[in-house]
Amino acid sequence: MSVTSRDLEKMALLARLEITETDLPDVTERFSRVLSLVNELNTIDTDGVIPMSNPHDMEQRLREDSIAHPSDREALMASAPAQQDGYFLVPKVID
Amino acid sequence: MAEDSVLGMSVSALQMMLRKRSVSSVELTEAFIGRIAAANESLNAVVTVCAEQALEQAQEADAALGRGEYRSLTGMPILHKDIFCTRGVRTTCGSKMLEDFVPAYDATVVTKMKAEGAIMLGKCNMDEFAMGSSNETSYFGTVKNPWNLDCVPGGSSGGSAAAIAAGMAPLVTGTDTGGSIRQPASLCGLTGLKPTYGRVSRLGIIAFASSLDQAGPMAHTAEDCAIALTAMSGIDPGDSTSADIPVSDFHGALDTQIDGLRIGLPREYFNDSLDNAVRERVMAALAELEKAGAVLVDIDLPHSHYAIATYYVIAPAEASANLARYDGVRFGYRCEAPQDLEDLYRRSRSEGFGEEVQRRILVGTYALSAGFYDAYFNKAQQVRRIITEDFHHAFEQVDIIAGPSAPGVAFPFGTKQTDPVAMYMEDIYTLAVNLAGLPGLSAPAGFIDGMPIGIQLIGKPFDEQTILNTAHRLQTDTDFHMARPTLQGLAS
Repeated sequence: MSVTSRDLEKMALLARLEITETDLPDVTERFSRVLSLVNELNTIDTDGVIPMSNPHDMEQRLREDSIAHPSDREALMASAPAQQDGYFLVPKVID
Repeated sequence: MAEDSVLGMSVSALQMMLRKRSVSSVELTEAFIGRIAAANESLNAVVTVCAEQALEQAQEADAALGRGEYRSLTGMPILHKDIFCTRGVRTTCGSKMLEDFVPAYDATVVTKMKAEGAIMLGKCNMDEFAMGSSNETSYFGTVKNPWNLDCVPGGSSGGSAAAIAAGMAPLVTGTDTGGSIRQPASLCGLTGLKPTYGRVSRLGIIAFASSLDQAGPMAHTAEDCAIALTAMSGIDPGDSTSADIPVSDFHGALDTQIDGLRIGLPREYFNDSLDNAVRERVMAALAELEKAGAVLVDIDLPHSHYAIATYYVIAPAEASANLARYDGVRFGYRCEAPQDLEDLYRRSRSEGFGEEVQRRILVGTYALSAGFYDAYFNKAQQVRRIITEDFHHAFEQVDIIAGPSAPGVAFPFGTKQTDPVAMYMEDIYTLAVNLAGLPGLSAPAGFIDGMPIGIQLIGKPFDEQTILNTAHRLQTDTDFHMARPTLQGLAS
């Protein structure tokens, strides 16, 4: 499988990234190199193998459902690039 | 005492001096801050220095030591990789995206080491979001290797490695997703330990690939790594993947007796593609261990070849999901004058992330996208199991596995940067250990043309003790770990 510049534009849209026209050929070429590296996976038989998402096959641990206040809201909000009255500011979404 | 004499010392030596009060924590802190001030302009290993805060903590530590009260790291100056969140101290992850990010909380590793009495001197430079093997992707500039300023220090924990090698701290933290502790440790002549996945809490470590990321120590000796590992480890209610396994006193349990230890040498690591000079150094270190009573056994890890392909699907896939949080809204970089919400997202992300980070997000997005999920992501997770089972089979015959840490010594800047695949090959011997969640350690094994090279020791899950013991024995019988760069040619 090889990729085209159009595939890359689609991935960029999904990932909310912008690739300029000037950069597109280079980005596509380097992406393709990575893809041919990972295409190696097609040469191994994995029939019936259970996918592994945790290296120790650990089960998710559950905790007591109790109220806690681990972080200070104001300190967390202080990292927002734009805010007002405790809300995050974004450009107008609905006219 | 002469100020400079403490700079290359081990944690265990300094620990003893602090307790005997032959040096104070304030003296140590001042000495290391002095070295950072003198050498950092040339090396660029440290991105933030917390001198005032460190000296205050050092005074408190001295008062405690004066009362005879101490814990494992009381009064010990350390540096953290800039991937660990530090409350009130800027945490950049090597990215423009987080250039001004000041976390509201400490990572669990930071909390634990502080509770053990460590003094934080500052934060170390790193590859952007820990994606790189040369520290060339950092937004804050490349880090120089103290052994040769024209060469890379390795990555992604390159700033951490350069800092120790240059005597800026006796102990640093790093993280290792595919080799980011072991490869720079090899390239800078240090001992670096990636613990078993789950051994150390990931809370407050800026996420790259959550099923692979693990924090660990880098220091001059295995003994120092043992002290630090106990301080860092343990179950954390804030990280549901942290393991509910008791933390032992790795330092107290260190044992140089390795008689009968079975060390597996994977044929796939010692094949024709292994550089001859690297092979010689690794085999010479193994011969020392053999002299000490260890038994070398040839083993097979038949699917080693697939580790790189598997890793470069799983890591970017997890990264693309983790890095979706950078949206220009809640924290991090935000573009100027966004036209609308889409424009805000797209420009904040493409202006805030560097080239390698964007490439991995794109690869990950591709591997997870409709129509490709089964062919890439699911397939890679299946191969991950096959690779992991190879290790488990090998551990039925041997106690630990040994091999090279990196394919060669530190390379000159710019030589691998334009070809992502050439750079990815730097981690060819380390990636599989992360896929299988095993502990791995790199220890100095000598020099090639004056540049350090390491040997990698891989242990069974949660058996860091045996690889620490083995490295400690090697360091009892050899003195590669005692060598320090001359730091000639540094601006001061």
